[in-house]
Amino acid sequence: MSYNELRHLADSWGLVVMAAIYLVLVGWAFLPRNRQRNRDAATMIFKDPDHG
Amino acid sequence: MDDVLLKSGGWLLIGLIAVLTIAASADFGFSVHLAIIAAAAFVMLVVTLRNADYGAIATGVPSVVVDHGRYDDDPVRWGVLATLFWGVAGFVAGLYIALQLAFPALNLGLEYTSFGRLRPLHTSAVIFAFGGNALIATSFYVVQRTCRARLAFPSLARFVFWGYQLFIVLAATGYLLGITESREYAEPEWYVDLWLTVVWLSYAAVFIGTIVKRREPHIYVANWFYLSFIITVAMLHVVNNLSIPVSLAGSKSYSLFAGVQDALTQWWYGHNAVGFFLTAGFLAMMYYFVPKQAERPIYSYRLSIIHFWSLIFLYIWAGPHHLHYTALPDWAQTLGMVFSIMLWMPSWGGMINGLMTLNGAWDKVRTDPIIRMMVLALAFYGMSTFEGPMLSIKAVNSLSHYTDWTIGHVHSGALGWNGMITFACVYYLVPRLWSRSRLYSLRMINWHFWLATLGIVLYASSMWVAGIMQGLMWREYGADGYLVYSFSEVVAAMQPYYLIRAAGGLLYLSGFAIMIWNVAQTIRGNLRDEKPLNDATYNPEADRPLPQIARAGVRSIRSGGSPDAAVAAAE
Repeated sequence: MSYNELRHLADSWGLVVMAAIYLVLVGWAFLPRNRQRNRDAATMIFKDPDHG
Repeated sequence: MDDVLLKSGGWLLIGLIAVLTIAASADFGFSVHLAIIAAAAFVMLVVTLRNADYGAIATGVPSVVVDHGRYDDDPVRWGVLATLFWGVAGFVAGLYIALQLAFPALNLGLEYTSFGRLRPLHTSAVIFAFGGNALIATSFYVVQRTCRARLAFPSLARFVFWGYQLFIVLAATGYLLGITESREYAEPEWYVDLWLTVVWLSYAAVFIGTIVKRREPHIYVANWFYLSFIITVAMLHVVNNLSIPVSLAGSKSYSLFAGVQDALTQWWYGHNAVGFFLTAGFLAMMYYFVPKQAERPIYSYRLSIIHFWSLIFLYIWAGPHHLHYTALPDWAQTLGMVFSIMLWMPSWGGMINGLMTLNGAWDKVRTDPIIRMMVLALAFYGMSTFEGPMLSIKAVNSLSHYTDWTIGHVHSGALGWNGMITFACVYYLVPRLWSRSRLYSLRMINWHFWLATLGIVLYASSMWVAGIMQGLMWREYGADGYLVYSFSEVVAAMQPYYLIRAAGGLLYLSGFAIMIWNVAQTIRGNLRDEKPLNDATYNPEADRPLPQIARAGVRSIRSGGSPDAAVAAAE
């Protein structure tokens, strides 16, 4: 693959794939069923008063 | 017994090979480094022989039993001490080179103490020695607590600590001897790079191993940031340092890349060293220690996930903004600029997430000096991540590039964000690691806070003025089309700002000296007898029921009379 082909692949399909992966990862945090999981994760560092 | 013999024999062999190779060494600097390696190997030989458990060898029962009910904190304690030790070295070097710029006689006429050699010593000492040790120590502390598991591979963790110190010593002595690849933040030569690769992969193994053996189902977000820092730095380090040594017995090597490809590889590395070493790693510290010190969960866990993925996806593309108006293709420069500007959003999201953790507990900023340091660190994280994207805009960059504005920007991030969050974390850790009821003195943290803050303000503001002045003087054309100022006139105009900057550095260093004293006293087990910071006021005079006479007065005040008239009426 020449430099030019690689460069055009990167700024078209490469960009689309990257953006899609990003949106899936961020969207995951927004799913309503993950609300309780997020709350648990945020407070897990306080569970154990001595060691947590 | 065989084990001790094998280990000590191995160290002896390494030391002897290093000594023998000195004879074949191609240059003086390489000989010095071989001597350092030999000395390290002989020290390890003595340590192996002295610390061997001879009682266990004789009786078959180990004399020290590891308590698996406790976290493995020895490497964390060493890391905290190393952070403070290298901090002194890095800050003193920084103050010294700041004074060299104001008083060139301080170069002393020696190659070893010239600005060009001391500057990389300063940058590497503060970033990799001070910051790196803080990252290793806090990551070992946090990953154990959040995974509720002891460190995986305890002996490898100890190797990571001592191996990293050897890397620092080799890098620092190399700069003084003039051994350099001339790549910013990646100056060490090929053999030191190889050593760091071994140490770093071991670090990754210990960290990932601990996550794998965790007893907590969820991996807390701080560990995501630490992990991205470890993995990305490994990748950056290996790719940027691909080079071919001139001789296997000499220090000099040449990069595998040439021209603009080399420049872009370097700044892809350089900017992501900032992004993943100085940002992601320190954000990991923020995401654990700010909630712990505030005793409140992070403001929004969801925002922390968005913060994480946005940094990962955006930072890696921002490097080309270091090469505006160079031979780099224009589209690549624009790409770097656009991604830098997009970075502004996740950065501020992270800052807001940290600051809003104090929502409902803002009084802690007044009563808890550690929280105050964390808040200032986050404020500087916000300021420098606003300034950075602004400087990456091509039009702004045409004024700011190569001027001291850049130096001011770097230091508002390094002194304000990295320095302050590290100080706060060390203050948090020391009483816990050495089992003390509290720090020696909280009021001394207050002094540290104000000295450091004043120092940063002097530093950043003088460098803004100096940098913008410098940029404007360089581009000033007269009516006849010639440049108005010669380079030396610009240098002369900078003198007062260099002095202000050095004064700021001196204040910052003084605050750090107070910290060293405070931590040393805490470790020795002393408690300073001082007035507590969060004393609620108590007035015994007011603590009694209102007397009969005064009640008439109250009635009269309510009905609009003056207090004096009310008292007079009551009498």
